[in-house]
Parts: sequence; structure tokens; C-alpha cells
Amino acid sequence: MTKEEIMQPENIVYRKPELLNDVPMHYCPGCSHGVVHKLVAEVIAEMGMTDKTIAISPVGCAVFAYKYIDVDWQEAAHGRAPALASAVKRLWPDRLVFTYQGDGDLACIGTGETIHALNRGENITIIFINNAIYGMTGGQMAPTTLLGMKTVTCPYGRVPELHGYPLKMADIAVGLQGTCYVTRQSVHSVAAIMKAKKAIRKAFEYSMQGKGSNLVEIVSTCNTNWRMSPDKANKWMEENMFPFYPLGDLKDNG
Amino acid sequence: MAKMKGATLVDIERCKGCGLCVVACPLNVLALTTKNVNQKGYNYAETVLEDTCTGCTSCAVVCPDGCITVYRKKEE
Repeated sequence: MTKEEIMQPENIVYRKPELLNDVPMHYCPGCSHGVVHKLVAEVIAEMGMTDKTIAISPVGCAVFAYKYIDVDWQEAAHGRAPALASAVKRLWPDRLVFTYQGDGDLACIGTGETIHALNRGENITIIFINNAIYGMTGGQMAPTTLLGMKTVTCPYGRVPELHGYPLKMADIAVGLQGTCYVTRQSVHSVAAIMKAKKAIRKAFEYSMQGKGSNLVEIVSTCNTNWRMSPDKANKWMEENMFPFYPLGDLKDNG
Repeated sequence: MAKMKGATLVDIERCKGCGLCVVACPLNVLALTTKNVNQKGYNYAETVLEDTCTGCTSCAVVCPDGCITVYRKKEE
């Protein structure tokens, strides 16, 4: 069988999701954001919600998310995406509303909005990209930075006496009565990507069924600011991030 | 058991040469170029072992930029 015979349109088993625009993404090579964008685009298309989705983009690396996924987007002030999503969902109850935030946006400047939106049980989904560092601004320490981890603002490693302890947002969300589904996933391997996709789909479905707020934390890499190659960053994440941020469903009241 | 034959098509200009597909491929079908670069200056991924590919889609699933299209056909 020749290559031409195999490469026919009817034999396509995987291609770039249709909802993902052709414009090249500005993310660094190997960034986890791209994989999560693909998953979100696939899930929205599979649910048939293309025309009924309103997403809220944050401030941070994902600030240009509206350029990449072809659904309706609203840009929020730094950290305020859950507050905006609450309003959008209340005004448009039949729409699929989700926010897409990083750890600097969600766990630092927007902690208040996040916790209160989750606690009110707004029927939204929050996708939380946790790479333990501020990516866009150049690799400063974030609330989620691991102890001992070196960043440009803690060059000798994070120490609890000076910087406090890392914040586990998903574990906080579990204790809130308004949350329906809280999960922590990753996108470092094919199996993990499949699981993350199922989790995102589940969260979107729960939010459409009006069961409460959903938090999907995705433990991710930031190979540029971690000063590693994409492959090495994935291995570093497995060795150092997963013991502190264990993967799996933390709460499922669906 | 029918054998599956696969093929990959990399969108060269979209590829940023992160190399995650090269690591993800269980059969080492893909490799980054060593001499050629795309317009952005990245060493892009290319198929080096065409006959080996089974179309498992691992490379395309892990690709952060959605550069890879995978074809699969049953061998008669």
C-alpha cells in the first residue's frame, strides 16, 4: 500500500479540531495550553454546543484564547473571570459557560472571585491550568509554586518561612458546598489527555444540568520558565508536581 | 489479524519543534529535522520511518498545536 493510498480523506483518524482556528497559537513550543485548547474545542464540538458556548478568557498566558477557539468569548479583568461567568450564566441559563484561567489569575489575584463563585454553586465550569509559576510575566513565584522550586523571584527556592506554603485550590473547592465536580488532571501523556478530556466533558455536562459549579484543575508544564525542554518538563512534573498535586477526582456529586 | 497501516502529515509551518510527538511515538516514526527549518526557524517534525506507522494517533494527541493529521487504513 502506498502512502498516497493511505492518505485519503476517508482514512483520517485524527486531525486538528474544527473549532480550533488556523491562526498559529502564541504559546511557547510544548506548552500544555495548546493540548487543553484542543480538548476544550473537541468537547464543545462533540456536545453540539458550538453556537451555545460563552467562554471567559483570563489575564495571563491564555489571554488570547479567544483567537484560537471559535466560540463566543468575553475578556475579564485580571482574576475576575468567575464573577463574569456567574453573570453570563445567570443571564443566559441555556448557554455553556466556562472560564479558562491560569494559577496566577485564579489562585492569586482572583482567589476571592473563584471561591465565592464556586461556593454560590453557579452552574459554570472553571478550567484551571496550574503550572506553579507565572508564565506570561516571566516566571515569578505563584501561590502554587512548590516548596524548594526556583523562580526568578525566589532564586534560592521557595521557603515557607519567607514565602508561605503552596495553595491547593482544588482541595479548597472540595470543602465548598456549591461545588459539584472537582477533579485534578494532567496532559503529559496520551492516557492522561484522554482522562482530562473525559473530565472536561463531565464538568460541562454537570454545569448544563444545573448541578453546581465545577472545577477542572489541569496540572501543566511551563517549560520556558522552568528552564527545561518540553519532554524534560513533563518528567519533572511527574516527579515533583504529582506527589503534591495528586491526580484524580476529588469530588463528584453528579 | 488485519494489520493497520498509518501515515502522518505534519503542518510544517504550524509546528514549533517541541519534540513531544517524537517522544510520544511508540515506534519512533517521527523525528525533528536537523538541517531544515520552517519560516519561523523551528526544526519541525517529519516522518522518518514511513512503513512503520500504524496510525495510533499518539503523536497527534500530544501535539499542543494540532499540527499532525493521522491517516489509518486496514491492510488487505
